[in-house]
Amino acid sequence: MRTARKVFATVVLASSIFAMGTTAAAAAGGTLTIGFTVSETGPLNVDSLAQLHGFELWRDQLNAAGGLKIGSSSYQVKFVTYDDQSKSERVQQLYSRLILQDNADFLFSPYSSNLTATAAIISEQYGKVMLTTGAAEDKTYQLGNHGLFQMYTPATHYLSSAMAVIKQKNPQAKVAVAYSDDGFSKAVAGAAKEEAKRLGQPVVLDEAYAPGTTDFGPIINKMISANADVMVGGGHYADGATLARQMYDQKAPMKFVCLLVAPDSPQFASLGDAAIGISVPSQWEPSAAYKPDFGPDGAAFGKAFKEKFGAEASYHAAGGYAAGLILQHAIEKAGSLDSAKVTDALNATDATIFYGHVKFATDAQNHGLQIGHEMVLAQWQKKDGQLVKEVVSPAAAQTAPLLYPLH
Amino acid sequence: MFGVLASMMDGVLVGAVYGLAAIGLTLIWGVMDIINLTHGAMIALGMFGLYLLFGHLGLTPYAALAPVAAGGFVLGVVIYWVAVHRVIRRPPLMSLLATFAVNMVVIGLGTAVWSTSPYNVAFSVPGITWHGFTFTGAHILAAISSVMIAGALYLFMRFTRLGKAIRAVASNRQAAELMGIPSNQVLAIAFGLGIGLAAVAGGLIATLFPFTVLSGDDYQLKSFVVTVLGGLGNPAGALLGGLVLGLIEGGVTPFIAVSWTPVIEFVLFVLILIAFPQGLFGRRAER
Amino acid sequence: MRHPMFWLILAVTALFAGLPAIGGDVGLRETLFLAAVAIILASNLNLMIGYTGYVNFGNIVFFGLGGYFGVWLTVVQGWPLVVAVLAAGCAVSVVALLFGLGILRLRGAYFALATIGINEAVQALVSNLDVWGGSTGIYLSVAAYQALGGARQALWIVYFLVVAVMAASLFLSWRIRSSKFGLGLFAIREDEDAAAVLGVNPATYKAAIYSISGFLPAAAGALFFFKNGVIQPDQAFDLTLSTEAIVMLMLGGQGSVAGAALGAFLYEQLRGYLLTSPLFSDFHLVVAGLLLLGIVLFVPGGLMGWLTQRWPRLRGKLE
Repeated sequence: MRTARKVFATVVLASSIFAMGTTAAAAAGGTLTIGFTVSETGPLNVDSLAQLHGFELWRDQLNAAGGLKIGSSSYQVKFVTYDDQSKSERVQQLYSRLILQDNADFLFSPYSSNLTATAAIISEQYGKVMLTTGAAEDKTYQLGNHGLFQMYTPATHYLSSAMAVIKQKNPQAKVAVAYSDDGFSKAVAGAAKEEAKRLGQPVVLDEAYAPGTTDFGPIINKMISANADVMVGGGHYADGATLARQMYDQKAPMKFVCLLVAPDSPQFASLGDAAIGISVPSQWEPSAAYKPDFGPDGAAFGKAFKEKFGAEASYHAAGGYAAGLILQHAIEKAGSLDSAKVTDALNATDATIFYGHVKFATDAQNHGLQIGHEMVLAQWQKKDGQLVKEVVSPAAAQTAPLLYPLH
Repeated sequence: MFGVLASMMDGVLVGAVYGLAAIGLTLIWGVMDIINLTHGAMIALGMFGLYLLFGHLGLTPYAALAPVAAGGFVLGVVIYWVAVHRVIRRPPLMSLLATFAVNMVVIGLGTAVWSTSPYNVAFSVPGITWHGFTFTGAHILAAISSVMIAGALYLFMRFTRLGKAIRAVASNRQAAELMGIPSNQVLAIAFGLGIGLAAVAGGLIATLFPFTVLSGDDYQLKSFVVTVLGGLGNPAGALLGGLVLGLIEGGVTPFIAVSWTPVIEFVLFVLILIAFPQGLFGRRAER
Repeated sequence: MRHPMFWLILAVTALFAGLPAIGGDVGLRETLFLAAVAIILASNLNLMIGYTGYVNFGNIVFFGLGGYFGVWLTVVQGWPLVVAVLAAGCAVSVVALLFGLGILRLRGAYFALATIGINEAVQALVSNLDVWGGSTGIYLSVAAYQALGGARQALWIVYFLVVAVMAASLFLSWRIRSSKFGLGLFAIREDEDAAAVLGVNPATYKAAIYSISGFLPAAAGALFFFKNGVIQPDQAFDLTLSTEAIVMLMLGGQGSVAGAALGAFLYEQLRGYLLTSPLFSDFHLVVAGLLLLGIVLFVPGGLMGWLTQRWPRLRGKLE
């Protein structure tokens, strides 16, 4: 798989050099450098690499189309990336390097709220603009930063539609909340517990597990002991997929299960029958048909992604592409590479693209927090013997009715 | 009530596998006074070995255990001659670092080959359901396999010439050599056995839980805890230590948040190390 | 005239403080910042491993706990940074003394295992400690840097403070080495039972050095995580960092002041290079592992051991 990626990278490189050769004569301009770290290794790599693919597709399409236009000059977009190993330890050194040695004009965030908070210290210090994708935790945007802009709906909203669905199906349902003990999942679960309280639904289990957990037996036993009807929680890919599989193996009799992040990945289908009925709050689904103000529509993006990477686009990939698109739009609107001007343009952004509506909070307390985008609830279902992910909520975007109860 | 019993039962099933892993560690310690920091990496290799045999050659996971063990044994002998032989009877820092260096190399190569993405052995065995709680077939078979392998090791050490030679070298190397036992070869074989056990335990763990190249580290720490519980250098104690640890963990988790389990585990580890350096069960193997 | 070592330490400190400051080169500052932290960790670890012969495998617990005390005192309690850093050092020294009284009865590999256990136990405990933010830790707001004149200036101040801690570490290592206390430690390293017969009280000496070796790494941890902007249990108590500190020490030569510093500096540069090099980034662990194995098997004295063997006259100058 890694070699495949390398071969692919070479092809992309070659084709972009070719593209540069053909367009260089077209207009004066130069190169625009975007720097970021990627978790090529470590526990975050599944989601982080999907995001990287999104960035890469955006870059290659843009460069092939002649590059980013500022006035009459056009710029070829270049990425400089390093592996952060899913650890925050080196993130500051690498982002300093990106800004100072590699002369990055703009930054994307690393994947995950935790690494982003660390990188933000450096990006702020140099007054750089950093678009964040995969950094949903609200707290990151409440630390007084000026140049951070969040592409994802914040963590506190992740489970609101799932909780509404539960309330509608069974107002008395006993809720089990089990979540990974990291900032993002904790924020999501905290909001879900509040929501349950507001809706008057009993929370019978509230467990945080270490992010690297592989044995969920003890937690599943507790769910069964507590007679829980529905389960919400999870964390990232590895733990979520394992939790789903072990709940299936241990025949946990849940009527509804909603996990974070993991079920969104196309890989989740490899769980087979264990995936059936598992739902996921998603930032974007291929079936979502937003009418874009600019850029491709969802179908065109999904098709291009599949052609390039041979896999369905997950919402992490879509988030990556969308971040590039929004940045591109802001630069073109600002007509400048100047960070302050692009910041103003991003503050003023209020647009719909294939990924949905995008608008950033501009008040001092929440600057950069995503307030335009809405999530959907998707569920894995079996259709003609095939596992497919259907959008089940909200009603406007629904592609299939909710499968309920599961047991 | 059934919940607590089920949780303890689960703990025992998994504990048996941890016990098997710890036997590999404690055997090497007992025979040559070396804390083997390649242990985790070898568990990880066992996982991937089983994964490849199962996924590409189509062996059932339990049939794949034998080649995994054999591969681990051969690799262990090689590692012994390359890295361990020269640091035997040198200060503990040297053997810790020599084995840690091998660990880095193996993990580094593994990361380059498999990245750090999670892998999973998709093999399902029907389980047993009891008052709503299900014990999966994989758990039951893994525990049975662990106990059987540990038993076979016991018989080997007790009744074969080679087993006796290993015990002789462990208890007094000079005396063993005077009796005509080629101690270097015996040490190499013992090291190979320890690694083979780690690899088999890794294979069994792979049938239970998903894993990455880095998973070995967690199980290595677990093996330390089990080893200390059972007494460093005491193979029978290690299996017992695994079962006891499983029982304790299974017994307390229904009453506390799961995030407190590691606190209990490691505090227990340090306390036992201080209070009973010979482990909870009897004395350590004589040297 | 003073000992050459004195001037050497002074010169190194001046270079660390001066080089990035002159040109305002932040990239260099970031590189030297990590190098200085590595030197602090390796030098203080040297007091345990090199001088006393006790392998503290979980040494990172000092760094992590110091980070937690420091960040909590500055961010939550609003203490001035320097006071918080010193307080973090003192707090960790006291904690180390308590741990030490328990585990220093163990010898050899048993001690090494116990230090790993302590690091893991502390990490698990802190993950459950709500005052310190549990598993998600403590985040700094940009406003936390205002007291130091904004983020840009704060990072420079933190850097100079880390260089100061590094200088203190080197002086400490050097002074202890040539003191009576240091001789007692060496006696323990060579033969603990014989040392006791000669009138060195091993229990007191060991507890003292264990506690002392925690102070400066804790101060460095406080500064590191203040700069980092967030502290979380898994990064504060990362066992890999612990082992890397040991590798640095081996690379330079255990027991030697200059060796610990040199090893830390070189290892840090090597790691930085391997991680960002397109050729080696996949194999940085392999390269580092082979290097370590080579040192352990063939050059157990490390760089300094090798140098002093070739040029014995260096010994008097650099020790």
